[in-house]
Amino acid sequence: MSVAAETLGTRRRLGTGSRLWAAARHHALTAAAVAALVFLLLPIAVVVAFSFNDPPGRFNFTWERFTLDNWANPFGFPDLQGSVVLSLEIAALSSLVATALGTLIALALARYRFRGRAATNLLIFLPMATPEIVMGSSLLALFLNYSVSLGFTTILIAHIMFNISFVVVTVRARLAGRDLHLEEAAMDLFASPWATFLRVTLPLIAPGILAGGLLAFALSVDDFVITYLVSGSDQTFPLFVWGAARVAVPPQINVIGTIIFAAAIAFMVTNVLWQRARTPKGAQ
Amino acid sequence: MSFLHRHRGLVPYLLLAPGLAWLALFFVVPMYYLGYTSLQTGDIFTGYAFTWAWENYSDAFTLYRGHFVRSLQYAGLATVFAFLLSYPLAYWIAFRGGRWKNVLLLLVIAPFFVTYLIRTLAWKTILADQGFVLDALRTLHLVGEDGRLLATTTAVVAGITYNYLPFMALPLYVSLEQVDRRLVEAAEDLYASGAKAFLRVTLPLTVPGIFAGTLLTFIPAAGDFINAELLGTPKQQMIGNVIQSRFKEIADYPQAAALSFVLMAGLLVAVLAYTRAVGSERATQGTVA
Repeated sequence: MSVAAETLGTRRRLGTGSRLWAAARHHALTAAAVAALVFLLLPIAVVVAFSFNDPPGRFNFTWERFTLDNWANPFGFPDLQGSVVLSLEIAALSSLVATALGTLIALALARYRFRGRAATNLLIFLPMATPEIVMGSSLLALFLNYSVSLGFTTILIAHIMFNISFVVVTVRARLAGRDLHLEEAAMDLFASPWATFLRVTLPLIAPGILAGGLLAFALSVDDFVITYLVSGSDQTFPLFVWGAARVAVPPQINVIGTIIFAAAIAFMVTNVLWQRARTPKGAQ
Repeated sequence: MSFLHRHRGLVPYLLLAPGLAWLALFFVVPMYYLGYTSLQTGDIFTGYAFTWAWENYSDAFTLYRGHFVRSLQYAGLATVFAFLLSYPLAYWIAFRGGRWKNVLLLLVIAPFFVTYLIRTLAWKTILADQGFVLDALRTLHLVGEDGRLLATTTAVVAGITYNYLPFMALPLYVSLEQVDRRLVEAAEDLYASGAKAFLRVTLPLTVPGIFAGTLLTFIPAAGDFINAELLGTPKQQMIGNVIQSRFKEIADYPQAAALSFVLMAGLLVAVLAYTRAVGSERATQGTVA
């Protein structure tokens, strides 16, 4: 709504002074909001811009000159490629398992009444409300007490753990919006429960499952604190950045960061468009 | 299948079992081992033994009191700043966003798509001694010629504010979006000034969002150590820095576990007190559904 429309619509009885005040407030709000957006987006612009930098020394902190070398050679730094590959493996496996486990929990919570519901909700909520450092510490304490060697397996276990809750919340949100009548109709038409699930329920909640899986994948790729605590000598991409930050910050880090950013935005937009295309007109 | 038909009551439990078992085994059980480790003594060479070593806890309160206090201060400041920055933003998107709402929300969460460590390193670039922000501040004589931004408390608090801002902005947006505009219009029709209508109608209606946003910001911020490590100096170290270095660099597992336990317990008490102060009914209405 424009200033003029708002002034006409709701402030008809007010004098010129009040109208000026309303306009000032209107623009002050916009200015504050835009300032906050700039604050949020400025570092992203810096990350992208500095992926094209040819840094003077080992640290990519001051602008020297434009180059495409880093993009031509994104893995041109020892151990960087291995860390990206490990991150993708962990993310793929952990999001797959967490999506399966989380979807089952979401189905139980959305479709059944059972004793222990409150306790289940609490157990889902707690991992999202606990500081990462506490979760990482306690997992490490568990592994240390059983002399479990730290590495791929312990990282995977941790990632599945912190991803489950986020999948449950995402899928349940999608389930909550669906009505039961389609499923009941299928059952009335003599579809078996299994066929009903495969042919009716699953397609209905597929966008929710995909969204939950993508969220889990993104959280896994980004996780540093828990991974750092339960990792041995294996390095995921964030661990590589952490180790590198002390001795050198190569511009390739910005290249990988930019690629991850672009991929995440692309997936997000695609999923939103897909959900919108599947929703019947008028039901939005 | 016929078994499940006869025992339909079992179905939800079968669905829950694998996921909840995973959470029990790798979230709940580890908490026990955190407590168990925190009462051990020993070192990496001789091994660790359980000795009811309560001194790990007394050390936590005496030796590391400063780190705990700093963590709460920084997290508190960052929460306040995040609130002040994101309330106008969330309000603007909810009330003036129009058909751009979804795009604007995507911009709000965009920082999450840049790896946490990389976006914090970007702040290092922005606040650097040769950076344009410091240049501008020097030109305006807001900062002395040899003044710095990097390696200061300001940088650490700004970094934490930045990193958790979307956690504040999103719940605020959700509760602002639910505000019934007719109530605000009614207040204005009854000659309440814009400011009064906001303070007496809009703001109270968004308490659930404020409650969720402050918790989602404060809890992770209090445990953060990345901003203090990358943007600060040893003088800005928070309790998270101590816990990670005790675990990963010094292998003083019992002390690290005790500190972690105190952090968790302290936050739990703080959250409960906060919930009681806000009133649990008011705090959760509208957000749980």
